[in-house]
Amino acid sequence: MPTSVIKPTLSESGALVERHWQQLASQRRFYTFVSGALLLLVVSGSLWFANETNAGKFFDRLPYFFDFVGQLIPRDGMEVWRALFDLPSPYDDGSLKYNYPEGRLYLTENFYLPEYVHQMLVTLNIAIAATGIGLIFGFMLSFLAAKNMTPNPWVRGPVRRLMELLRAFPEVVIAGFFLAIFSLGPIPALIAVSIHTIGALGKMFFEVIENADMKPDEGLKAVGANWLERSWFGMVPQVMPNFMSYFLLRLEINVRASTIIGAVGGGGIGELLRLSIGQGHEAKTLAIVLLLLLTIIAVDQFSAWLRRRLVGDQAFQAI
Amino acid sequence: MTILNAAEMDALAARHLDLLHRSTWQRFRIPIIATAVLLYFMFAWWFFAVGKVVGGANWSLAGNYLADWVSYEIRPDIEIATDGSMQIAYPRFDPIGPNPNPAWLDAKRETVTRTIEIPATSSPSVPRPPSSSFSFMAPAPTQQDATAESAPTSETRTEEVVTEAVVEMGPSRIIDIQPDRVTLSRGSETVTLTLDRNADQVLAEGELPEWVAQRSVGGRITAYFGFSGWADISADRVRIRKRFLGWENFFFDTNSAFFGKGFGEVASLIVGGERIDPTQSNLSLAWNDILYNPSWQHLDVWTKLLQTIVMAFIGTLFAMIVAFPLSFIAARNIFRNRPANQLTKRLFDFLRSVDMLIWALFFTRAFGPGPLAGISAIFFTDTGTLGKLYAEALENIDDKQREGVRSVGAPPVTVQRYGVVPQVMPVFASQALYFWESNTRSATIIGAVGAGGIGLKLWEAMRTNSDWENVAYMVLLILLVVFLFDGISNALRSRLIGRDR
Repeated sequence: MPTSVIKPTLSESGALVERHWQQLASQRRFYTFVSGALLLLVVSGSLWFANETNAGKFFDRLPYFFDFVGQLIPRDGMEVWRALFDLPSPYDDGSLKYNYPEGRLYLTENFYLPEYVHQMLVTLNIAIAATGIGLIFGFMLSFLAAKNMTPNPWVRGPVRRLMELLRAFPEVVIAGFFLAIFSLGPIPALIAVSIHTIGALGKMFFEVIENADMKPDEGLKAVGANWLERSWFGMVPQVMPNFMSYFLLRLEINVRASTIIGAVGGGGIGELLRLSIGQGHEAKTLAIVLLLLLTIIAVDQFSAWLRRRLVGDQAFQAI
Repeated sequence: MTILNAAEMDALAARHLDLLHRSTWQRFRIPIIATAVLLYFMFAWWFFAVGKVVGGANWSLAGNYLADWVSYEIRPDIEIATDGSMQIAYPRFDPIGPNPNPAWLDAKRETVTRTIEIPATSSPSVPRPPSSSFSFMAPAPTQQDATAESAPTSETRTEEVVTEAVVEMGPSRIIDIQPDRVTLSRGSETVTLTLDRNADQVLAEGELPEWVAQRSVGGRITAYFGFSGWADISADRVRIRKRFLGWENFFFDTNSAFFGKGFGEVASLIVGGERIDPTQSNLSLAWNDILYNPSWQHLDVWTKLLQTIVMAFIGTLFAMIVAFPLSFIAARNIFRNRPANQLTKRLFDFLRSVDMLIWALFFTRAFGPGPLAGISAIFFTDTGTLGKLYAEALENIDDKQREGVRSVGAPPVTVQRYGVVPQVMPVFASQALYFWESNTRSATIIGAVGAGGIGLKLWEAMRTNSDWENVAYMVLLILLVVFLFDGISNALRSRLIGRDR
């Protein structure tokens, strides 16, 4: 058998194709290289800028990074439980650091709600109420924003712009504004999270409606149903599972959002966390982090389970 | 058309039993759910004490704060001395400039010789330190510094005093202030007030219309002129608050050489005018004055906004870079090692569940306030979220392409590169883009807890309750950035995964 490989030669048109292909490939490599270099430039510039404008410089602070983690270790493991359940601490010296029992909220003569559990409930309720409000208003707005239910662009356009505005308006500002009017408390946070949720859910909802099957709607139109009847009997039954799924997804997000808004002055567990980290109360910090972690995991699991029951295994990712 | 008889109807009903006899839950679920929701909201109403809080809120403040977003007040105080001469004074921070003589305040001046008492309280005027560009309420200097500085004496001097001031609050809204009487007119209604300085009383003639309020007989009178402001009249002082639409001194502050000049004037100064400051050209002086405008702090606001953008961009990009390889380890079908899969997935869960707030607070402690904390917080949270989403996407891929690549004898890395990555890359990139866009929004919030960026600046501006126009400015910038990035990210995403997602 001949072992030498015969080098194939291309026909004239084949060579032309080959040449074109080479040209395109090198062009492509060039563009990849340029965009890669550009990205690198932007990233390094951004990093330099971030480091330059930060209070502490990255490489100066890095050696002390674990010092801070070390400061978070409580005096003994039981301290975290005592902080969590408002039990008296053996190290109590009258300072704010160990005054766990003072936050107790007595519901009856001898049954109390520990402070952090109480504040966690406040945060959770902010999230639930805000998501509920968002569901109700987003539901109403979404039918006006969907192309198939509202063909009139003069209604659809403003409703969509309104929802975009509600979604993009910084929550901090809404919370801060109502904080100035209402003074401290969870209501500013509730309003801020609700307003954002209306916009966010409204957008999700109208996309669901636009993707819905229009056959039931046509059937109802054929028998002379009005707009409300068409929406209620033709649309709502098929979009409701998806709506609920997005509602639950939003609830997960809102538990986090209401914690954050709480930290900037809206009450709830977020504020306590910010204070205890700022003042270096290690046991309290760990107790709150533990409680938050457990709550968030519980809410996520519950919502995932409920969503799976509602819409089956269809993946609804965090969008 | 056939008409069903009773037997046929029964047969039909028997065939579709589930349609005609629905369970209790099916029949009543809507009222039940509605009641449950209503009950929950009633509980929430009680739990948050909504009624009490809303009732106790200061709603007139709300209107003022909202008006502050797009307008500003000029606040002349007109003091009336015992001999009837008046002085017009503007507070230090008023945006009116060093030589106030507005057209809407018509003061008739006369030169008189009189004896006045000089109080002993004042200290000699001290030149103030140069205003820092990093505090929000950097004082805008006005003409107030060189007032009284001597011991309590009474002195006779000849000076120019105001004998009558007419303030035009708006069309047909006029306050005419004379030493012993004030005439307020709004539309067709006119109120005449007599100032009795000996008894320290303000007396109104006749019935007061509803826009004029007096708490007690002879006490202070407040007259409201709607959006254009209000006036507060007592026997020896009239305080005027006149509101103007717009953002005051947006480009040049009162201590800038360009203050009060129109656009054409500034342009001609820049192009061909003589140097105001001999050390630099007029263009650089003007640019400097704009950047370091003490009441708007443009440079600082832009820097902080850029920080927010950088936080979102770098945080998301690094999260994507780290989540990408980790998600291959987490995906069951790609890395066939259960403990490693589980470990990586639990790591993602942990990173995700420890809230962005907690990360932000931790890193603010570690790195000090600034964008590094924000970048780290976004990076840690999003590594978890993106990693989870990526792992899920990898577990749902089509296996045929990998088999094909493997069947021609490719090594494992090449199998992933040519069998997996082309399938998932559009999804991965689109999810990263989505997170970039949503992180631009969340970076604002975590900034307010100290993680850098415009959030903290917004929060500081709001805390003082007097800088709402700065808040409006920053909100406008944020909205602009968010909408811009929304557009970019949507355009890129629809190019990546086709029009119909």
